[in-house]
Amino acid sequence: MRLSSKATTLLILAAVIAIAPVFFPSSYYFRVGSLIFVNGLAVTGLVILIGYAGQISLGHAGFAGIGAYACALAPVHLGLHPALAAVLGALLSAAIAYLVGRPILRLKGYYLAVTSLGFGILVSMVLSNEAQLTGGPDGMAVPELGLRAVLKAIGIDLSNTEFWYAFSGLVLVLGAWLALNLYHSPTGRALRALHGSEVAARTVGVDVAHYKLVAFVLSAIYASVSGSLLALQNKFITPDVAGFMHSIEMVTMTVLGGAGSVLGAILGAAILTTLPQVLTIFQEYEQLMLGLVMMLVMIFMREGLLPSITRRIRGRAE
Amino acid sequence: MPELLQFLLSGITVGAVYALVALGFTIIYNASDVVNFAQGEFVMLGGMITFFAHAAGLPLPLAALIAIIVTAAIGVALNKLAIEPARGAPVVSLIIITIGASIFIRGATQLVFDKQLHRFPAFSGDQPILIGGATILPQSLWVIAGALAVFVCLWLFFTRTLIGRAVLATANNRVAAQLVGINTKYVMTLSFAMSAAIGALAGVLVTPITLTSYDVGLALALKGFAAAMLGGMGNPKGALVGGLLLGVLEAMTAGYISSQYKDAAAFVVILAVLFAMPQGLFGRKSTDRV
Repeated sequence: MRLSSKATTLLILAAVIAIAPVFFPSSYYFRVGSLIFVNGLAVTGLVILIGYAGQISLGHAGFAGIGAYACALAPVHLGLHPALAAVLGALLSAAIAYLVGRPILRLKGYYLAVTSLGFGILVSMVLSNEAQLTGGPDGMAVPELGLRAVLKAIGIDLSNTEFWYAFSGLVLVLGAWLALNLYHSPTGRALRALHGSEVAARTVGVDVAHYKLVAFVLSAIYASVSGSLLALQNKFITPDVAGFMHSIEMVTMTVLGGAGSVLGAILGAAILTTLPQVLTIFQEYEQLMLGLVMMLVMIFMREGLLPSITRRIRGRAE
Repeated sequence: MPELLQFLLSGITVGAVYALVALGFTIIYNASDVVNFAQGEFVMLGGMITFFAHAAGLPLPLAALIAIIVTAAIGVALNKLAIEPARGAPVVSLIIITIGASIFIRGATQLVFDKQLHRFPAFSGDQPILIGGATILPQSLWVIAGALAVFVCLWLFFTRTLIGRAVLATANNRVAAQLVGINTKYVMTLSFAMSAAIGALAGVLVTPITLTSYDVGLALALKGFAAAMLGGMGNPKGALVGGLLLGVLEAMTAGYISSQYKDAAAFVVILAVLFAMPQGLFGRKSTDRV
């Protein structure tokens, strides 16, 4: 029996998340792991936008910022539970993505890149300038999610880092499952069609503007939830989460691993999240290395790491 | 009134820098269809190399010349090592490559030089000139004159010289240009050298006013890009007007609305322009081939 690529991807992902802790020598590794999953979630959203629909956004950190600050602000000002605040953040991101996406998705290539970038910069600017609300560049505290205490009450006692490893890992698997389902759905086919050729897609009856917007809104929700998870996990948030560099990192992770494949993109997230941790010894060289990796992969492995490697292995087998 | 004039003058100064960055974008975009996100790093390199050459004891003009030549060489290296091998890659890949190059150059500069803010003396002193109640620094006049001079030189180059026309031909249709015997690889190299040199010149001119450090490039690249889009991508006249317009707009926002949101104003206007006329102020309508 041959497993479908969807089942394979989910199995590999779940297995790696479940088995990896066996080899973790310290709680620090759980922390890095959960960061990878948080980034992986945002990147999975970008797979829908970049990999499926072929659109680009250099402003998705803006949505991560909205999700993160929703978790910080809504509990204080609206008295919402942090979990509901994350949902509110996702809804807000979806609404803003809908409003912003309608006009800007008419643009293509570099124009779309720069307008989305402008949007991201606007969000981070508001977050750092409205200091009386957001604490400005110094950031603000985020309340405890409280799920760990609930688990403890029913007999599952996890340390803080273990809990966030497991919880964000679970959310990531869920996100990946949804994205993979989407790939094979009529919507997924429409997205891939307009990626191939907008004109051709239109002639067979695909409402191109509508489906681009669907991809944009979905990826915004992923980014928002990823931002919420980061905020709840760190219990602290600064406007950097919405910054330009974060947007660039997200897109780089996606394209590095392979924008067309959920597993590849998550691999990209894993590499780029781990790299700075490994390179702390060479902190001076961090930017140099990041820039070099970005250029080399794009020049020599245009489809990204995972698709290029699997193709090479398959090519050898046949 | 003097207030308005003051904002206008500072806006034009900043705008002239944006115009130079935008002109650099335009040259590379025309020759290769690549938007070079590392354009701001050329400005940074121009300022940083001049400072360190000057600090090492060289006279300022010589230091500036060295900075421009070295930056042009780095521009050529960028083309040969990163852009040419990626010929035909999708837009997303090219964006990542040039952003990667920008981060790489920033990281290298921080290693080779340092992370401090630097400034070298203005060319004609720091005594402000009074104009109708407002003041302008002599260095600002250098910046504005520099932008205009570069624009005129480019205009002459593209309309009056054979090689300039070859660049335009390559921009228009690469294959056709090759067919009539234009060495398009040479055109690409030349475009990157020119673009980097113009960026470095902007850095040399503006550093006495704004100071420089290893991380000033990114913001400049974004503004310059915004200016180029405002004017219409690929159009030198658009780059000049777009740059000046953006600079004035920022200065007005900072003066009359909020200095915190001056960067936002630029992007809001660009969004508005793109929605109203997606090709920019001077761009031509284009149709897609199926």
